[in-house]
Amino acid sequence: MTIMNKEVVIIGGGPAGLAAAVELRKKGIQEIVILEREKQLGGILRQCIHDGFGLTRFKQTLSGPEYSQRFIDLVKKLHIEYVTDATVIEITSMKKVIAASKDGLLEYRAKAVVLAMGCRERTRGAISIPGTRPAGIYNAGVAQSYINLHNTMVGKDVVILGSGDIGMIMARRMTLEGAKVKAVFEVQPYPSGLPRNIEQCLNDYGIPLYLSHTITKIKGNARLEGITVSQVDENMNPIIGTEKDYDCDTLILSVGLIPENELSLACGVKLDSRTKGAIVDENYQTSVAGVFAAGNVLQVHDLLDFVSLEAEGLADSVAEYIQQGELTDCPIDIVTDNAISHTIPQKISGKKDFTLSLRVRKPFKNCHIDVMQSDTVIRTVLLKKAIPAQMIQVKLKETDIKTLDNIKVVVR
Amino acid sequence: MNQVYDVIIIGAGVVGSAVAREFARYRLKVGVLEKELDVCCETSGRNSGVLHGGFTYKTGSLKAKCSVEGNAEFDQVAAELDVPFKRTGKVVVGFTEDDMQSLLRFKAVGDANGVPGLEIIDKGRLAELDSSAGGEFAMYSPSSGILNPFIYTVALAENAKQNGVDFYFGNEVLSVQRKNEIYEIATGESFYKARWVVNCAGLNSAKISSMLGIDGYTIGGFKGEYFVLDKKVGKYLNMPVYPAPGSNGGFATHATPTVDGNVLIGPDSTLVADFEDYGVTPAALKGLIVDGAKMFNHVKREHFIRNFSGIRPKLIDKETKQVLDFVVESRSEAPNVINLVGIESPGITSALPLARRTVALFKDQERLIPNEKFNPRRQGILCFAKQSDAIKKELIEQDPNYGEIICRCETVTKAEILQAIHNCLGVTTVTGIKNRTRAMMGRCQGGYCETRIVQLLQQELHKQETDIVYSRSGSEMFTGKVRI
Repeated sequence: MTIMNKEVVIIGGGPAGLAAAVELRKKGIQEIVILEREKQLGGILRQCIHDGFGLTRFKQTLSGPEYSQRFIDLVKKLHIEYVTDATVIEITSMKKVIAASKDGLLEYRAKAVVLAMGCRERTRGAISIPGTRPAGIYNAGVAQSYINLHNTMVGKDVVILGSGDIGMIMARRMTLEGAKVKAVFEVQPYPSGLPRNIEQCLNDYGIPLYLSHTITKIKGNARLEGITVSQVDENMNPIIGTEKDYDCDTLILSVGLIPENELSLACGVKLDSRTKGAIVDENYQTSVAGVFAAGNVLQVHDLLDFVSLEAEGLADSVAEYIQQGELTDCPIDIVTDNAISHTIPQKISGKKDFTLSLRVRKPFKNCHIDVMQSDTVIRTVLLKKAIPAQMIQVKLKETDIKTLDNIKVVVR
Repeated sequence: MNQVYDVIIIGAGVVGSAVAREFARYRLKVGVLEKELDVCCETSGRNSGVLHGGFTYKTGSLKAKCSVEGNAEFDQVAAELDVPFKRTGKVVVGFTEDDMQSLLRFKAVGDANGVPGLEIIDKGRLAELDSSAGGEFAMYSPSSGILNPFIYTVALAENAKQNGVDFYFGNEVLSVQRKNEIYEIATGESFYKARWVVNCAGLNSAKISSMLGIDGYTIGGFKGEYFVLDKKVGKYLNMPVYPAPGSNGGFATHATPTVDGNVLIGPDSTLVADFEDYGVTPAALKGLIVDGAKMFNHVKREHFIRNFSGIRPKLIDKETKQVLDFVVESRSEAPNVINLVGIESPGITSALPLARRTVALFKDQERLIPNEKFNPRRQGILCFAKQSDAIKKELIEQDPNYGEIICRCETVTKAEILQAIHNCLGVTTVTGIKNRTRAMMGRCQGGYCETRIVQLLQQELHKQETDIVYSRSGSEMFTGKVRI
């Protein structure tokens, strides 16, 4: 096996990997390779043929393929090396990366590794939906791939569980292709996707959204025949007597995304049990020196534009790490109260400006996010509303951080 | 079909497949009729995958004899058929004085049955054997083990097929008639003729038995539900951990490692009238979490990747309602019929011993001529993920399809999927590919690879989208093209 030495190996040629590669090259890093398991670059954007991408980053609304093409064009123009049809099967803490490809096993030694593997969908098994297991149950992203990439229609009478963005986008997509989407059910008392998707994908097509509802039975031994839904109480337990049956041949699940960190775990990267992504410092460096993470593999984003911006932010630190061999120590932990589900980063140095991204656990109105150190509020952000579907970003300056005490983020 | 088979076997579960393989050792024309589209779609594929020691069953019973015999020979069987198998040992744990009494009773039964090496162990020794097992003490059975029930059944059937047995899937037996000493069997698909019929119909064994002229059997369907846990926690469990049996003598929810590195939590047990009722229920799943956590201390929701259920066909005494022993019989009122009824747990462990007893009943009435060409060896699909880097490299050099990873979670290559599709037994369903290769069995449950597997099935078997079947007849996955 020939060993190839690189300054940076990027795992994943989706929006995060592409943006990181372009930015790294702009910072003068020469030896970069992107490893992509699909036949083409672009990641999940290849199947996202709807528009609405790029409003923040390009001030234009683009489809997924259009958005990714902008980065692919730059990768090509800047002569950044990429290998497609190559699935990384191992990353070590010494930054050895092994990928399987038709041309053999590819082995790289890198100064820095960028994790940009994106996320995967939570499955039926993970949330233990009761009932039989007939054909006709698809995760939203899988259905999207069949319809948009494989010209294959998955069904006609559709019910959707979960109000995640991809689920709602698929509600519209399937309606446009002639299917009847009967309803979307969400177990939480609030939607889990963005307000714009509720408007554009459900309301515009008259598809009802039922909050505080879940599926309590799946019927059919061969192909799906129907489902039973029930209302749930405040503890998410189904309320007896509220059962309602729906006939359908297709169930689309949009019940959450999980960062795809199996390779990271095997290389020793410590994960945050809340984000399911790596614990990173302000440099996007994980617990393994020289291994960095950004994009949906780090935290599931609400908008694609922030994936690119996060990956570009990571590129700054990776370039610095390669040029200097190390980065500033980050001894300050960021902790949260129960109302905030997580923050990125989880650790900072106190010697740099940084942006804190976070999500709230439940909706709030007229609230403020307080960033505190030793009971002193060092920064506060007023918000008219905060919802779990939307990421909140708080910019902090080096001068805000006065001591090495832990930082606490609360919502009130 | 005008050809007259010497033997037709009804049912391609683990027992039907084992019987087919044992008959293939002789110069006989053998066929297998299966109502599902693949082997082991019901009881044989829906269980804990445990090779039983044989200490649970009444001394002298077929259940006891066959499991001890099947256990003892399994190292050789696994090697011959190239099936993954680990002799892990097993512990039956207890917490109370009653539990201790029950374990001592089981040890005495096990010793009498000839189960080797049973011992009662204290908490310290239990912790040494398995640090994540619950329990204050245990009975340790070193001969127990774990195997992959899909691969084992596939291996038996493939080996039977290699040696000349014909398999007919999607052929549910609807009626049987005997004319001029020939059985005529009508399925939904075709007609088959045979001199002998062997009933290996599992859950439907009482029904088939009646069709063959032997009435009076009652099968009770005992459903058990399971959770499958992520491989992340597989490393914490070395061996099956069972609770001491309760007053009814049955084992409740246990924790079992699989040969592939997952952990199964289950089964519970409820009586069902509908033998196709494979639905899982919220109440049962809740119960599994509570009971499972007593056996294995890593039962957490975040590790759940799937749940499923299976149904054990227990033969029930109509009067006493007691569960009866396995039946393997040949009766004068049903000439040339070998009847296997009530084969439930430990059916996988007992499959080959039961098959040999079946062949022996045939031999009582007919002379058997050995098939000199019989080859007991079967080669499984090489698991790319388990190979060293050097071998991986070599494999890709020999066949670039090893370099294409189809299933990311389980690192299953295109070469492995193609081998499954083009195997002599064949496979036409998506779950068939899954059961043979482990593709789609990982934590994303096919989110990444299902579309790729569907594409390969279409390409290799020249199928349209509308022909792609998920698991059973009628489980078509697609309605057609989006755009013509």
